[in-house]
Amino acid sequence: MTLRALKDAAITALVALGLFVPLVGLRTDVGPSGELVLRQRWGDVVILVALAFVGRLALLGWRGWRGDPKPASAARTEALRKAGLFVAPVLLGLAVLLPFIPGTGRYELDLGILVLTYVMLGWGLNIVVGLAGLLDLGYVAFYAVGAYSYALLATTFGLSFWICLPLAGLLAAFWGVLLGFPVLRLRGDYLAIVTLAFGEIIRVVLLNWVSLTNGPNGISGIPRPTFFGLTFSMSGEPDTFAGFFGIEPSPVHRVIFLYYLILGLALLTNWVSIRLRRQPLGRAWEALREDEIACRALGINVTTTKLTAFALGAMFAGIAGSFFATRQGFISPESFTFIESAIILAIVVLGGMGSQIGIAIAALVMIGGFEVFRDLDEWRMLVFGGAMVLIMVARPRGLVGHRTPSVVLRERRAIGAEHVAEGHG
Amino acid sequence: MATPILETDTLTMRFGGLVAVDAVTFTAQRDDITAIIGPNGAGKTTLFNCITGFYRPTGGALRLFRDGAPVELHHLAGHRIARAGVARTFQNIRLFPGMTALENLLVAQHNTLMASTGFGIGALLGAPRYRRAQKAAIAKAVHWLEVTDLLARADDPAGALPYGQQRRLEIARAMCTDPLLLCLDEPAAGLNPRESEELSALLRMIRDGGCSILLIEHDMGVVMGISDRIVVLDHGRKIADGTPGEVRADPRVIAAYLGEGDEGEDAA
Repeated sequence: MTLRALKDAAITALVALGLFVPLVGLRTDVGPSGELVLRQRWGDVVILVALAFVGRLALLGWRGWRGDPKPASAARTEALRKAGLFVAPVLLGLAVLLPFIPGTGRYELDLGILVLTYVMLGWGLNIVVGLAGLLDLGYVAFYAVGAYSYALLATTFGLSFWICLPLAGLLAAFWGVLLGFPVLRLRGDYLAIVTLAFGEIIRVVLLNWVSLTNGPNGISGIPRPTFFGLTFSMSGEPDTFAGFFGIEPSPVHRVIFLYYLILGLALLTNWVSIRLRRQPLGRAWEALREDEIACRALGINVTTTKLTAFALGAMFAGIAGSFFATRQGFISPESFTFIESAIILAIVVLGGMGSQIGIAIAALVMIGGFEVFRDLDEWRMLVFGGAMVLIMVARPRGLVGHRTPSVVLRERRAIGAEHVAEGHG
Repeated sequence: MATPILETDTLTMRFGGLVAVDAVTFTAQRDDITAIIGPNGAGKTTLFNCITGFYRPTGGALRLFRDGAPVELHHLAGHRIARAGVARTFQNIRLFPGMTALENLLVAQHNTLMASTGFGIGALLGAPRYRRAQKAAIAKAVHWLEVTDLLARADDPAGALPYGQQRRLEIARAMCTDPLLLCLDEPAAGLNPRESEELSALLRMIRDGGCSILLIEHDMGVVMGISDRIVVLDHGRKIADGTPGEVRADPRVIAAYLGEGDEGEDAA
């Protein structure tokens, strides 16, 4: 055992040596008279190789001490499900009370709004990726469609936010169907590539169609939302929020209003997805993820089922997008780059595809954590990436990998991740 | 007086130069169990895939007789064939492994349930019409779970069931679509003798319940025991068609498939 561990560690050290000799051992520097000099740092190489050797030994020792990893038992899956039942109301209560918790300032509320926007986007994408199993890498396109729909409708026609909100959702859903049609026959990697391209096309069009979208300069002066017609201005007039309720005007009012608005929208998304999961349509989505051919043999129209998933997912992105536009007051194509799609997808995957609570926690950790580690500067991305790798190693099916049945005869039991399919597009 | 349920008329399926099904004409009668047998590569599964809409036949016609009126299956899209009343199971079981047995049976009733949701809105708001439909669907699922002896496993994921139970669940799922014709692709494959016996009883019960059955099977014990009629394929052509007794005595069938000598079970 010890001999094998030593041999293993030696091989690790050898690999480390091969890597670090060119990477660390040799360094080109600018010499005193401007020429390139080769500096050798063999001491550092020795330290790193020794670290790799000792680290590998420690890892093997720990594994030997711990024994074989226990497979996820039904009892553990069940315990996790029960814990989820408890965590969800607590999180919801916290979210509702956040503006009134002492010590909550403008910064915390803004962060809360940001997190909730991503929670909503995650829940929306979950319909497409988690339930229907269609890998969508261009989700941000619908977010952009929603944002620009609101911005253009509001600045051009002067329509109010509350009229534009459903309109933006419908327009995004329309684009979801438009994307859905050509990609219906694609699966897996191919679907991912086409959706990725679609996301980029939307962004490039927004960037170049200057007469409509004002190109890279974006659209500014987007009207702020009103509270049933009452604006949040500082004047204290009777037709403002503060004036009507006779309270001291404060800029925080609008932030609190926006916070509750996005909380309500996110909860609407959640409610719709939870309800739909227990219905024929939602079950057909999940069946599609599990086995498309069997679905066809059962008389399920695969085309419309996929299109509804795309449309509904896109609709919620569109609604979130118009919220984003009204909150920022300014949008430009820069806000809708591929990295946004990647972050939303990462939230869904890390949270556990198909799990509402898992996605909420993942959004909180990823977006909130990203803010918390702001002090780390350039190390932030490294910490972030490392954390993602760690989660995926520890829980390869996401934080909440199990699935809860949509209907039960006798008792509700969680279904372990090992049975649930991931979908192949 | 026997009435036909399914009729194929010079049905042909070509893959490039390969003729997998060559002008096969046969008729399956209502309330019969019709078996299709033949050596490996004879075109049985291809024929099945044509009937159930997974392939579009290159030539010929397929007619399903629904209330006496023929439905031209070869013109229908895949999922519409299932709606017309043809259900199928697969040679390598295709359940929804991450969903419970009960959920599997509810997915099978998708179209009936969907019709009662009012474009999803009614069901979203919990309309009574949808709740009634859901209750009826669960009752039907429970009925088939009882028939297939799976009621105790209703809330278990389909992927966790043992092989024999998965086979039965797939049949139950197909029956939940209310088919006129149930097409089974090697339902006895991998079953032990006792399970095969139970399967035969189940298939007889389904037939007596008014659903005709089309069956591909290599287990001659099952085929000879329950079939009312047997169609034999070889190299894509039909070489015999008749009752089990007639087929067993047919010299061409013996040469192509059953083999010389005794009962024929050895060759299976």
